[in-house]
Amino acid sequence: MSLSPDDVKRIARLARIEISDVEAQATQAQLNSIFDLIAAMQAVDTSGVGPMAHAQEVHQRLRDDAVTETDRHAAFQAIAPAVENGLYLVPKVIE
Amino acid sequence: MSEFSLSALAAQLAAKQVSSRELAQTYLDRIAALNPSINAFITVDAEKTLAEAAAADALIAAGKNGPLTGVPIAHKDIFCTDGWLTTCGSKMLSNFVAPYDAHVIQRFKAAGMPSLGKTNMDEFAMGSSNETSFYGAVKNPWDTARVPGGSSGGAAACVAARMAPAATGTDTGGSIRQPAAFTGITGLKPTYGLVSRFGMIAFASSLDQAGPMAPSAEDCALLLNVMTGFDPNDSTSLERDKEDYARDLDKPLSGLRVGLPKEFFAEGLNSEVAAAVEAAVTELKKLGATPVEISLANSQLAIPVYYVLAPAEASSNLSRFDGVRYGYRAPDYASLDDMYCKTRAQGFGAEVKRRILIGAYVLSHGYYDAYYLQAQKIRRLIADDFSAAFEACDVILGPTAPGTAFRLGEKSDDPVEMYLNDLYTIPANLAGLPGMSLPCGFDSQGLPIGLQLVGNYFSEAKMLNVAHQYQRVTDWHKRLPPLGEASGERR
Repeated sequence: MSLSPDDVKRIARLARIEISDVEAQATQAQLNSIFDLIAAMQAVDTSGVGPMAHAQEVHQRLRDDAVTETDRHAAFQAIAPAVENGLYLVPKVIE
Repeated sequence: MSEFSLSALAAQLAAKQVSSRELAQTYLDRIAALNPSINAFITVDAEKTLAEAAAADALIAAGKNGPLTGVPIAHKDIFCTDGWLTTCGSKMLSNFVAPYDAHVIQRFKAAGMPSLGKTNMDEFAMGSSNETSFYGAVKNPWDTARVPGGSSGGAAACVAARMAPAATGTDTGGSIRQPAAFTGITGLKPTYGLVSRFGMIAFASSLDQAGPMAPSAEDCALLLNVMTGFDPNDSTSLERDKEDYARDLDKPLSGLRVGLPKEFFAEGLNSEVAAAVEAAVTELKKLGATPVEISLANSQLAIPVYYVLAPAEASSNLSRFDGVRYGYRAPDYASLDDMYCKTRAQGFGAEVKRRILIGAYVLSHGYYDAYYLQAQKIRRLIADDFSAAFEACDVILGPTAPGTAFRLGEKSDDPVEMYLNDLYTIPANLAGLPGMSLPCGFDSQGLPIGLQLVGNYFSEAKMLNVAHQYQRVTDWHKRLPPLGEASGERR
Protein backbone atom coordinates (compact mmCIF):
# COMPACT_ATOMS: atom_id res chain seq x y z
CA MET A 1 0.00 0.00 0.00
CA SER A 2 1.32 3.41 -0.87
CA LEU A 3 -0.09 6.84 -0.11
CA SER A 4 -0.15 9.54 -2.78
CA PRO A 5 0.31 13.25 -1.97
CA ASP A 6 -3.45 13.61 -2.51
CA ASP A 7 -4.08 10.91 0.11
CA VAL A 8 -1.86 12.80 2.54
CA LYS A 9 -3.80 16.01 1.90
CA ARG A 10 -7.11 14.19 2.38
CA ILE A 11 -5.98 12.77 5.75
CA ALA A 12 -4.61 16.15 6.82
CA ARG A 13 -8.01 17.62 5.94
CA LEU A 14 -9.71 14.97 8.14
CA ALA A 15 -7.33 15.84 10.98
CA ARG A 16 -7.82 19.62 10.46
CA ILE A 17 -4.13 20.28 9.90
CA GLU A 18 -3.24 22.74 7.16
CA ILE A 19 -0.61 21.27 4.85
CA SER A 20 1.13 22.74 1.80
CA ASP A 21 1.90 20.78 -1.37
CA VAL A 22 5.59 20.76 -0.47
CA GLU A 23 4.88 19.45 3.04
CA ALA A 24 2.53 16.80 1.65
CA GLN A 25 5.32 15.54 -0.62
CA ALA A 26 7.80 15.25 2.26
CA THR A 27 5.23 13.72 4.61
CA GLN A 28 4.17 11.18 2.00
CA ALA A 29 7.59 9.51 1.95
CA GLN A 30 7.78 9.32 5.76
CA LEU A 31 4.25 7.99 6.15
CA ASN A 32 4.89 5.36 3.50
CA SER A 33 7.99 4.12 5.32
CA ILE A 34 5.93 3.87 8.51
CA PHE A 35 3.17 1.99 6.70
CA ASP A 36 5.81 -0.39 5.31
CA LEU A 37 6.73 -1.14 8.94
CA ILE A 38 3.07 -1.61 9.89
CA ALA A 39 2.48 -3.94 6.92
CA ALA A 40 4.14 -6.81 8.84
CA MET A 41 0.79 -7.16 10.64
CA GLN A 42 -1.08 -8.19 7.53
CA ALA A 43 0.61 -11.60 7.28
CA VAL A 44 -0.67 -12.69 10.72
CA ASP A 45 -3.64 -15.04 10.87
CA THR A 46 -5.93 -13.59 13.52
CA SER A 47 -9.07 -15.54 12.71
CA GLY A 48 -10.86 -16.39 15.93
CA VAL A 49 -8.85 -13.90 17.99
CA GLY A 50 -10.85 -11.36 19.95
CA PRO A 51 -9.66 -7.76 19.72
CA MET A 52 -8.04 -6.35 22.86
CA ALA A 53 -9.03 -2.74 23.41
CA HIS A 54 -7.67 -2.35 26.90
CA ALA A 55 -5.14 -3.90 29.25
CA GLN A 56 -7.65 -4.49 32.03
CA GLU A 57 -11.24 -5.65 31.85
CA VAL A 58 -12.76 -2.46 33.18
CA HIS A 59 -16.42 -1.66 33.54
CA GLN A 60 -18.03 1.72 33.50
CA ARG A 61 -18.56 2.77 37.09
CA LEU A 62 -21.73 4.51 38.15
CA ARG A 63 -21.85 7.15 40.83
CA ASP A 64 -24.65 8.80 42.71
CA ASP A 65 -26.47 11.40 40.68
CA ALA A 66 -25.26 14.30 42.78
CA VAL A 67 -23.52 17.58 42.10
CA THR A 68 -19.80 16.99 42.63
CA GLU A 69 -18.25 19.91 40.74
CA THR A 70 -17.96 23.49 41.86
CA ASP A 71 -18.37 26.35 39.39
CA ARG A 72 -14.88 27.20 38.13
CA HIS A 73 -15.77 28.67 34.77
CA ALA A 74 -13.88 31.89 35.51
CA ALA A 75 -10.64 29.99 36.17
CA PHE A 76 -11.10 27.81 33.11
CA GLN A 77 -11.99 30.70 30.81
CA ALA A 78 -9.11 32.84 32.09
CA ILE A 79 -6.78 30.65 30.02
CA ALA A 80 -8.86 30.73 26.81
CA PRO A 81 -7.60 32.59 23.73
CA ALA A 82 -10.76 34.74 23.44
CA VAL A 83 -13.73 35.06 25.81
CA GLU A 84 -16.57 37.55 26.13
CA ASN A 85 -19.41 37.55 28.65
CA GLY A 86 -18.56 34.03 29.76
CA LEU A 87 -18.62 32.71 26.19
CA TYR A 88 -15.76 31.39 24.07
CA LEU A 89 -15.28 33.56 20.99
CA VAL A 90 -14.74 31.92 17.60
CA PRO A 91 -15.08 33.23 14.02
CA LYS A 92 -18.64 33.58 12.79
CA VAL A 93 -20.05 30.27 11.47
CA ILE A 94 -23.61 31.32 10.51
CA GLU A 95 -24.18 34.27 8.17
CA MET B 1 23.57 15.77 48.86
CA SER B 2 23.81 13.89 45.63
CA GLU B 3 24.56 10.40 46.97
CA PHE B 4 21.66 10.21 49.39
CA SER B 5 18.76 7.84 48.90
CA LEU B 6 15.20 9.05 49.45
CA SER B 7 14.98 7.13 52.72
CA ALA B 8 18.25 8.72 53.92
CA LEU B 9 17.02 12.19 52.97
CA ALA B 10 13.69 11.57 54.71
CA ALA B 11 15.50 10.36 57.85
CA GLN B 12 17.64 13.51 57.94
CA LEU B 13 14.55 15.67 57.51
CA ALA B 14 12.65 13.82 60.23
CA ALA B 15 15.66 14.16 62.57
CA LYS B 16 15.78 17.89 61.69
CA GLN B 17 19.42 17.61 60.55
CA VAL B 18 18.37 19.47 57.43
CA SER B 19 15.22 21.41 56.57
CA SER B 20 13.16 20.88 53.46
CA ARG B 21 13.93 24.49 52.48
CA GLU B 22 17.67 23.87 52.73
CA LEU B 23 17.36 20.68 50.77
CA ALA B 24 15.21 22.31 48.08
CA GLN B 25 17.66 25.22 47.84
CA THR B 26 20.58 22.80 47.38
CA TYR B 27 18.83 21.18 44.44
CA LEU B 28 17.69 24.55 43.01
CA ASP B 29 21.33 25.69 43.09
CA ARG B 30 22.38 22.55 41.27
CA ILE B 31 19.64 23.05 38.69
CA ALA B 32 20.81 26.64 38.17
CA ALA B 33 24.36 25.42 37.62
CA LEU B 34 23.65 22.40 35.41
CA ASN B 35 20.42 23.06 33.55
CA PRO B 36 21.90 25.49 31.01
CA SER B 37 23.99 22.61 29.64
CA ILE B 38 21.46 19.76 30.15
CA ASN B 39 18.09 21.48 29.43
CA ALA B 40 16.26 19.01 31.66
CA PHE B 41 13.76 21.55 32.99
CA ILE B 42 11.19 23.60 31.09
CA THR B 43 9.99 25.50 34.17
CA VAL B 44 11.74 26.23 37.46
CA ASP B 45 10.06 28.50 40.02
CA ALA B 46 12.22 28.80 43.14
CA GLU B 47 9.64 30.86 45.00
CA LYS B 48 6.91 28.24 44.60
CA THR B 49 9.34 25.40 45.41
CA LEU B 50 10.56 27.10 48.59
CA ALA B 51 7.00 27.89 49.70
CA GLU B 52 6.09 24.21 49.31
CA ALA B 53 9.28 23.26 51.19
CA ALA B 54 8.40 25.66 54.01
CA ALA B 55 4.97 24.00 54.26
CA ALA B 56 6.72 20.61 54.48
CA ASP B 57 8.96 21.95 57.25
CA ALA B 58 5.84 23.03 59.14
CA LEU B 59 4.42 19.51 58.82
CA ILE B 60 7.67 18.03 60.15
CA ALA B 61 7.77 20.52 63.03
CA ALA B 62 4.18 19.58 63.92
CA GLY B 63 5.03 15.87 63.79
CA LYS B 64 2.60 15.36 60.90
CA ASN B 65 5.17 14.11 58.42
CA GLY B 66 4.82 11.00 56.27
CA PRO B 67 7.63 8.75 54.99
CA LEU B 68 8.91 11.23 52.36
CA THR B 69 7.69 14.59 53.67
CA GLY B 70 10.07 17.38 52.70
CA VAL B 71 11.92 15.41 50.00
CA PRO B 72 11.71 17.41 46.76
CA ILE B 73 10.79 15.86 43.42
CA ALA B 74 10.68 17.01 39.78
CA HIS B 75 7.55 16.46 37.67
CA LYS B 76 7.33 15.67 33.99
CA ASP B 77 5.65 18.56 32.19
CA ILE B 78 2.82 16.24 31.13
CA PHE B 79 1.16 16.55 34.56
CA CYS B 80 -1.24 19.46 34.99
CA THR B 81 0.01 21.43 37.98
CA ASP B 82 -2.20 24.17 39.41
CA GLY B 83 -0.65 27.57 38.77
CA TRP B 84 2.36 26.15 36.89
CA LEU B 85 3.02 26.37 33.18
CA THR B 86 2.20 22.88 31.82
CA THR B 87 3.40 22.59 28.23
CA CYS B 88 3.69 18.86 27.43
CA GLY B 89 6.77 19.94 25.45
CA SER B 90 4.56 21.61 22.82
CA LYS B 91 4.09 25.05 21.32
CA MET B 92 0.38 24.18 21.46
CA LEU B 93 0.47 24.47 25.27
CA SER B 94 3.31 26.98 25.56
CA ASN B 95 0.95 29.45 27.28
CA PHE B 96 -1.07 26.91 29.30
CA VAL B 97 -1.06 27.51 33.05
CA ALA B 98 -3.02 24.56 34.40
CA PRO B 99 -6.07 25.45 36.51
CA TYR B 100 -5.95 22.18 38.50
CA ASP B 101 -3.63 19.43 39.73
CA ALA B 102 -3.27 16.01 38.13
CA HIS B 103 -4.02 13.18 40.57
CA VAL B 104 -0.31 12.30 40.68
CA ILE B 105 0.51 15.89 41.63
CA GLN B 106 -2.23 15.86 44.30
CA ARG B 107 -0.63 12.71 45.73
CA PHE B 108 2.85 14.20 45.99
CA LYS B 109 1.47 17.41 47.47
CA ALA B 110 -0.47 15.41 50.06
CA ALA B 111 2.76 13.54 50.88
CA GLY B 112 4.43 16.91 51.55
CA MET B 113 6.95 16.59 48.70
CA PRO B 114 7.86 19.98 47.18
CA SER B 115 8.08 20.27 43.39
CA LEU B 116 11.45 21.31 41.97
CA GLY B 117 9.88 22.18 38.62
CA LYS B 118 8.58 20.73 35.37
CA THR B 119 10.85 18.56 33.26
CA ASN B 120 11.43 18.61 29.54
CA MET B 121 9.97 15.88 27.35
CA ASP B 122 9.29 14.89 23.77
CA GLU B 123 6.28 16.81 22.45
CA PHE B 124 3.11 15.15 23.79
CA ALA B 125 5.39 12.27 24.90
CA MET B 126 5.91 11.22 21.26
CA GLY B 127 9.55 10.38 20.81
CA SER B 128 12.44 8.28 22.05
CA SER B 129 15.16 10.92 22.19
CA ASN B 130 13.65 14.12 23.64
CA GLU B 131 14.51 15.87 20.39
CA THR B 132 10.87 16.59 19.48
CA SER B 133 10.39 19.02 22.40
CA PHE B 134 9.39 22.57 21.46
CA TYR B 135 11.81 23.58 24.23
CA GLY B 136 14.82 21.96 22.62
CA ALA B 137 16.58 18.65 23.10
CA VAL B 138 17.68 17.44 26.52
CA LYS B 139 21.36 16.44 26.70
CA ASN B 140 22.51 13.20 28.27
CA PRO B 141 24.56 14.01 31.41
CA TRP B 142 26.92 11.11 30.56
CA ASP B 143 27.79 12.71 27.21
CA THR B 144 26.13 15.98 26.28
CA ALA B 145 26.50 15.19 22.56
CA ARG B 146 24.03 12.33 23.08
CA VAL B 147 20.30 12.03 23.72
CA PRO B 148 18.94 11.07 27.15
CA GLY B 149 16.22 8.92 25.57
CA GLY B 150 12.56 9.81 25.68
CA SER B 151 9.94 10.78 26.14
CA SER B 152 10.72 11.32 29.86
CA GLY B 153 14.22 12.54 28.93
CA GLY B 154 14.23 15.61 31.17
CA ALA B 155 13.14 13.51 34.15
CA ALA B 156 15.85 10.93 33.49
CA ALA B 157 18.58 13.53 32.91
CA CYS B 158 17.73 15.56 36.01
CA VAL B 159 17.88 12.46 38.21
CA ALA B 160 21.09 11.20 36.56
CA ALA B 161 22.75 14.59 37.11
CA ARG B 162 21.34 14.70 40.65
CA MET B 163 19.45 17.93 39.94
CA ALA B 164 16.58 16.19 41.74
CA PRO B 165 16.54 13.18 44.08
CA ALA B 166 13.67 11.69 42.03
CA ALA B 167 11.21 12.49 39.28
CA THR B 168 7.89 11.44 37.84
CA GLY B 169 7.65 10.05 34.32
CA THR B 170 5.10 8.50 32.02
CA ASP B 171 5.44 5.46 29.78
CA THR B 172 3.27 4.72 26.73
CA GLY B 173 5.78 2.62 24.77
CA GLY B 174 8.92 2.79 26.93
CA SER B 175 9.11 6.47 27.88
CA ILE B 176 10.18 5.77 31.48
CA ARG B 177 12.33 2.69 30.88
CA GLN B 178 14.34 3.67 27.78
CA PRO B 179 15.50 7.06 29.17
CA ALA B 180 16.23 5.40 32.52
CA ALA B 181 18.46 2.94 30.64
CA PHE B 182 20.19 5.69 28.64
CA THR B 183 21.00 7.74 31.76
CA GLY B 184 21.89 5.02 34.27
CA ILE B 185 18.93 5.37 36.63
CA THR B 186 16.04 3.15 37.75
CA GLY B 187 12.51 3.65 36.44
CA LEU B 188 9.28 1.70 36.76
CA LYS B 189 6.11 1.61 34.67
CA PRO B 190 3.40 0.13 36.88
CA THR B 191 0.58 -2.23 35.87
CA TYR B 192 -1.91 -0.31 33.75
CA GLY B 193 -4.57 1.22 36.00
CA LEU B 194 -2.54 1.48 39.24
CA VAL B 195 -1.73 5.18 38.85
CA SER B 196 -4.49 7.60 37.89
CA ARG B 197 -4.26 9.29 34.51
CA PHE B 198 -6.42 12.21 35.68
CA GLY B 199 -4.71 15.46 34.70
CA MET B 200 -1.94 13.64 32.83
CA ILE B 201 -2.15 14.98 29.30
CA ALA B 202 -3.32 12.06 27.18
CA PHE B 203 -1.31 10.47 24.38
CA ALA B 204 -2.64 6.89 23.95
CA SER B 205 -5.09 6.32 26.77
CA SER B 206 -5.11 2.51 26.73
CA LEU B 207 -1.31 2.48 27.13
CA ASP B 208 -0.34 5.61 29.12
CA GLN B 209 0.85 4.97 32.65
CA ALA B 210 2.80 7.16 35.09
CA GLY B 211 5.61 5.89 37.25
CA PRO B 212 8.67 6.80 39.34
CA MET B 213 12.24 7.51 38.17
CA ALA B 214 15.05 7.60 40.73
CA PRO B 215 18.55 6.25 41.35
CA SER B 216 17.49 2.99 43.00
CA ALA B 217 14.73 0.38 43.18
CA GLU B 218 14.23 1.18 46.85
CA ASP B 219 13.57 4.82 45.93
CA CYS B 220 11.08 3.71 43.28
CA ALA B 221 9.23 1.52 45.79
CA LEU B 222 8.76 4.46 48.15
CA LEU B 223 7.58 6.72 45.33
CA LEU B 224 5.16 4.07 44.07
CA ASN B 225 3.64 4.01 47.56
CA VAL B 226 2.82 7.69 47.05
CA MET B 227 1.64 7.55 43.43
CA THR B 228 -0.69 4.56 43.31
CA GLY B 229 -4.28 4.38 44.42
CA PHE B 230 -7.84 4.49 43.19
CA ASP B 231 -9.14 7.70 41.65
CA PRO B 232 -12.79 8.05 40.62
CA ASN B 233 -11.74 10.71 38.11
CA ASP B 234 -10.03 8.08 35.93
CA SER B 235 -12.46 5.54 34.47
CA THR B 236 -9.66 2.96 34.15
CA SER B 237 -8.32 3.42 37.68
CA LEU B 238 -8.34 0.12 39.55
CA GLU B 239 -9.93 -0.29 42.97
CA ARG B 240 -7.42 -2.30 44.98
CA ASP B 241 -6.29 -2.52 48.56
CA LYS B 242 -3.36 -0.29 49.40
CA GLU B 243 -0.06 -2.15 49.31
CA ASP B 244 3.45 -1.37 50.51
CA TYR B 245 5.70 -1.79 47.49
CA ALA B 246 8.79 -1.86 49.72
CA ARG B 247 7.57 -4.85 51.74
CA ASP B 248 9.52 -7.51 49.83
CA LEU B 249 12.72 -5.59 49.08
CA ASP B 250 14.84 -7.67 51.45
CA LYS B 251 13.49 -11.10 50.50
CA PRO B 252 16.14 -13.55 49.25
CA LEU B 253 15.91 -14.56 45.57
CA SER B 254 16.37 -18.30 46.08
CA GLY B 255 13.97 -20.23 43.87
CA LEU B 256 13.19 -17.22 41.66
CA ARG B 257 12.61 -18.26 38.03
CA VAL B 258 13.89 -15.59 35.64
CA GLY B 259 12.48 -15.89 32.12
CA LEU B 260 14.79 -14.90 29.27
CA PRO B 261 12.79 -14.33 26.08
CA LYS B 262 14.91 -15.65 23.21
CA GLU B 263 13.41 -12.97 20.93
CA PHE B 264 14.97 -10.25 23.13
CA PHE B 265 18.48 -11.61 22.65
CA ALA B 266 18.25 -12.05 18.88
CA GLU B 267 19.64 -10.08 15.95
CA GLY B 268 19.65 -6.32 16.37
CA LEU B 269 20.89 -6.31 19.96
CA ASN B 270 24.17 -4.49 20.52
CA SER B 271 26.81 -7.00 21.70
CA GLU B 272 27.99 -4.89 24.64
CA VAL B 273 24.39 -4.54 25.85
CA ALA B 274 23.91 -8.31 25.47
CA ALA B 275 27.09 -9.00 27.46
CA ALA B 276 26.07 -6.67 30.30
CA VAL B 277 22.58 -8.20 30.53
CA GLU B 278 24.04 -11.71 30.51
CA ALA B 279 26.44 -10.71 33.29
CA ALA B 280 23.45 -9.52 35.30
CA VAL B 281 21.82 -12.93 34.84
CA THR B 282 25.00 -14.52 36.23
CA GLU B 283 24.79 -12.16 39.21
CA LEU B 284 21.17 -13.15 39.85
CA LYS B 285 22.13 -16.83 39.65
CA LYS B 286 24.64 -16.23 42.43
CA LEU B 287 21.74 -14.82 44.44
CA GLY B 288 19.78 -18.05 43.97
CA ALA B 289 17.73 -17.34 40.85
CA THR B 290 17.27 -19.85 38.03
CA PRO B 291 17.22 -18.67 34.40
CA VAL B 292 14.54 -20.19 32.17
CA GLU B 293 14.36 -19.73 28.41
CA ILE B 294 10.96 -18.49 27.30
CA SER B 295 9.45 -17.30 24.03
CA LEU B 296 7.40 -14.21 23.26
CA ALA B 297 6.81 -15.23 19.66
CA ASN B 298 4.58 -12.31 18.68
CA SER B 299 6.75 -9.64 20.28
CA GLN B 300 8.35 -8.68 16.96
CA LEU B 301 4.88 -7.49 15.92
CA ALA B 302 4.71 -5.09 18.87
CA ILE B 303 6.11 -2.12 16.93
CA PRO B 304 3.71 -2.43 13.96
CA VAL B 305 0.77 -2.90 16.37
CA TYR B 306 1.88 0.03 18.51
CA TYR B 307 2.24 2.37 15.52
CA VAL B 308 -1.38 1.69 14.62
CA LEU B 309 -2.96 1.78 18.09
CA ALA B 310 -1.00 4.64 19.67
CA PRO B 311 -1.46 7.06 16.73
CA ALA B 312 -5.14 6.08 16.47
CA GLU B 313 -5.70 6.94 20.11
CA ALA B 314 -3.52 10.05 19.80
CA SER B 315 -5.41 11.39 16.79
CA SER B 316 -8.58 11.19 18.85
CA ASN B 317 -7.06 12.58 22.08
CA LEU B 318 -5.28 15.46 20.36
CA SER B 319 -8.42 16.61 18.53
CA ARG B 320 -9.14 18.67 21.66
CA PHE B 321 -6.39 21.12 20.73
CA ASP B 322 -8.39 23.44 18.50
CA GLY B 323 -7.44 26.91 19.70
CA VAL B 324 -10.83 27.55 21.33
CA ARG B 325 -10.66 26.80 25.04
CA TYR B 326 -6.96 26.87 25.97
CA GLY B 327 -3.49 26.86 24.48
CA TYR B 328 -2.22 28.30 21.25
CA ARG B 329 -4.43 29.95 18.62
CA ALA B 330 -3.09 30.98 15.20
CA PRO B 331 -2.91 34.78 14.87
CA ASP B 332 -4.55 35.02 11.42
CA TYR B 333 -7.41 33.00 9.94
CA ALA B 334 -10.36 33.41 7.58
CA SER B 335 -12.99 31.18 9.21
CA LEU B 336 -13.57 28.77 12.09
CA ASP B 337 -12.37 25.84 10.02
CA ASP B 338 -9.33 27.79 8.88
CA MET B 339 -8.62 28.67 12.52
CA TYR B 340 -8.60 24.99 13.48
CA CYS B 341 -6.36 24.02 10.56
CA LYS B 342 -3.85 26.85 11.02
CA THR B 343 -3.78 26.52 14.82
CA ARG B 344 -2.98 22.81 14.57
CA ALA B 345 -0.50 23.25 11.72
CA GLN B 346 1.41 25.88 13.70
CA GLY B 347 0.94 24.49 17.22
CA PHE B 348 2.04 20.88 16.63
CA GLY B 349 5.55 19.77 15.68
CA ALA B 350 6.42 17.41 12.84
CA GLU B 351 6.38 14.11 14.79
CA VAL B 352 3.05 14.86 16.46
CA LYS B 353 1.50 15.72 13.09
CA ARG B 354 2.86 12.52 11.56
CA ARG B 355 1.24 10.44 14.29
CA ILE B 356 -2.07 12.30 14.05
CA LEU B 357 -2.08 11.64 10.29
CA ILE B 358 -1.30 7.93 10.76
CA GLY B 359 -4.07 7.71 13.34
CA ALA B 360 -6.61 9.55 11.21
CA TYR B 361 -5.78 7.25 8.30
CA VAL B 362 -6.02 3.91 10.14
CA LEU B 363 -9.35 4.95 11.64
CA SER B 364 -10.78 6.25 8.37
CA HIS B 365 -13.54 4.57 6.40
CA GLY B 366 -12.41 1.41 4.64
CA TYR B 367 -9.19 0.91 6.58
CA TYR B 368 -10.44 0.30 10.11
CA ASP B 369 -10.58 -3.51 9.89
CA ALA B 370 -7.26 -3.90 8.10
CA TYR B 371 -5.35 -1.73 10.54
CA TYR B 372 -7.04 -0.88 13.82
CA LEU B 373 -8.96 -4.10 14.35
CA GLN B 374 -6.08 -6.29 13.15
CA ALA B 375 -3.73 -4.44 15.55
CA GLN B 376 -6.11 -5.01 18.46
CA LYS B 377 -6.23 -8.74 17.65
CA ILE B 378 -2.44 -9.03 17.55
CA ARG B 379 -2.34 -7.08 20.79
CA ARG B 380 -4.30 -9.98 22.28
CA LEU B 381 -1.77 -12.49 20.90
CA ILE B 382 1.10 -10.51 22.44
CA ALA B 383 -0.67 -10.43 25.83
CA ASP B 384 -1.38 -14.18 25.57
CA ASP B 385 2.34 -14.86 25.00
CA PHE B 386 3.08 -13.17 28.32
CA SER B 387 0.38 -15.17 30.14
CA ALA B 388 1.93 -18.40 28.85
CA ALA B 389 5.44 -17.23 29.77
CA PHE B 390 4.42 -16.47 33.35
CA GLU B 391 3.43 -20.13 33.76
CA ALA B 392 7.15 -20.92 33.48
CA CYS B 393 8.78 -17.95 35.23
CA ASP B 394 8.23 -15.33 37.94
CA VAL B 395 9.78 -12.37 36.20
CA ILE B 396 10.99 -11.73 32.64
CA LEU B 397 14.45 -10.24 32.09
CA GLY B 398 16.09 -8.73 29.01
CA PRO B 399 17.66 -5.57 27.66
CA THR B 400 15.68 -2.31 27.95
CA ALA B 401 16.87 -0.97 24.60
CA PRO B 402 18.84 -2.50 21.72
CA GLY B 403 21.74 -0.06 22.21
CA THR B 404 23.03 2.74 24.41
CA ALA B 405 22.39 6.49 24.06
CA PHE B 406 22.80 7.62 20.46
CA ARG B 407 24.05 10.97 19.21
CA LEU B 408 21.80 14.01 18.99
CA GLY B 409 20.49 14.17 15.43
CA GLU B 410 21.59 10.63 14.61
CA LYS B 411 18.05 9.27 14.16
CA SER B 412 15.89 12.38 14.12
CA ASP B 413 15.42 12.39 10.34
CA ASP B 414 14.25 8.78 10.14
CA PRO B 415 11.06 8.07 12.12
CA VAL B 416 11.21 4.31 11.54
CA GLU B 417 14.80 4.08 12.81
CA MET B 418 13.71 6.01 15.91
CA TYR B 419 10.67 3.76 16.47
CA LEU B 420 12.82 0.60 16.48
CA ASN B 421 14.39 1.78 19.73
CA ASP B 422 11.31 0.69 21.64
CA LEU B 423 11.04 -2.90 20.46
CA TYR B 424 11.71 -4.43 23.89
CA THR B 425 9.63 -1.97 25.90
CA ILE B 426 6.40 -1.74 23.86
CA PRO B 427 5.17 -5.32 24.49
CA ALA B 428 4.64 -4.63 28.23
CA ASN B 429 2.56 -1.53 27.41
CA LEU B 430 0.37 -3.45 24.97
CA ALA B 431 -0.25 -6.16 27.57
CA GLY B 432 -0.64 -3.63 30.42
CA LEU B 433 2.11 -5.34 32.42
CA PRO B 434 4.54 -3.63 34.80
CA GLY B 435 8.07 -3.11 33.53
CA MET B 436 11.18 -1.50 34.92
CA SER B 437 14.69 -0.60 33.86
CA LEU B 438 17.75 -0.58 36.07
CA PRO B 439 21.43 0.04 35.34
CA CYS B 440 23.55 -3.06 34.70
CA GLY B 441 26.84 -1.72 33.31
CA PHE B 442 28.51 0.59 30.82
CA ASP B 443 29.60 0.21 27.22
CA SER B 444 33.15 0.88 26.01
CA GLN B 445 32.26 4.55 25.52
CA GLY B 446 31.24 4.93 29.15
CA LEU B 447 27.50 5.03 28.43
CA PRO B 448 25.03 3.35 30.79
CA ILE B 449 23.31 0.07 29.86
CA GLY B 450 19.83 -0.77 31.11
CA LEU B 451 18.36 -4.08 32.15
CA GLN B 452 14.60 -4.56 31.82
CA LEU B 453 12.36 -6.57 34.11
CA VAL B 454 8.76 -7.31 33.12
CA GLY B 455 6.49 -8.78 35.76
CA ASN B 456 3.03 -10.27 35.83
CA TYR B 457 0.09 -7.99 36.64
CA PHE B 458 0.43 -6.38 40.09
CA SER B 459 3.85 -7.94 40.75
CA GLU B 460 5.62 -4.61 41.30
CA ALA B 461 6.77 -5.63 44.80
CA LYS B 462 8.37 -8.78 43.35
CA MET B 463 10.15 -6.85 40.57
CA LEU B 464 11.41 -4.27 43.06
CA ASN B 465 12.63 -7.12 45.26
CA VAL B 466 14.66 -8.56 42.37
CA ALA B 467 16.02 -5.14 41.42
CA HIS B 468 16.89 -4.23 45.01
CA GLN B 469 18.71 -7.50 45.64
CA TYR B 470 20.69 -6.93 42.43
CA GLN B 471 21.49 -3.37 43.51
CA ARG B 472 22.72 -4.62 46.89
CA VAL B 473 25.51 -6.55 45.16
CA THR B 474 26.24 -4.09 42.33
CA ASP B 475 26.99 -0.36 42.27
CA TRP B 476 26.02 0.61 38.71
CA HIS B 477 23.14 2.71 40.04
CA LYS B 478 25.51 4.67 42.27
CA ARG B 479 27.83 5.81 39.48
CA LEU B 480 27.61 9.50 38.68
CA PRO B 481 28.09 11.17 35.29
CA PRO B 482 31.31 13.17 34.86
CA LEU B 483 29.78 16.62 35.19
CA GLY B 484 31.72 19.48 36.74
CA GLU B 485 30.42 19.48 40.30
CA ALA B 486 30.89 23.18 40.95
CA SER B 487 30.02 24.91 37.70
CA GLY B 488 28.38 22.17 35.68
CA GLU B 489 30.26 23.44 32.66
CA ARG B 490 32.97 20.85 32.31
CA ARG B 491 31.85 19.77 28.89
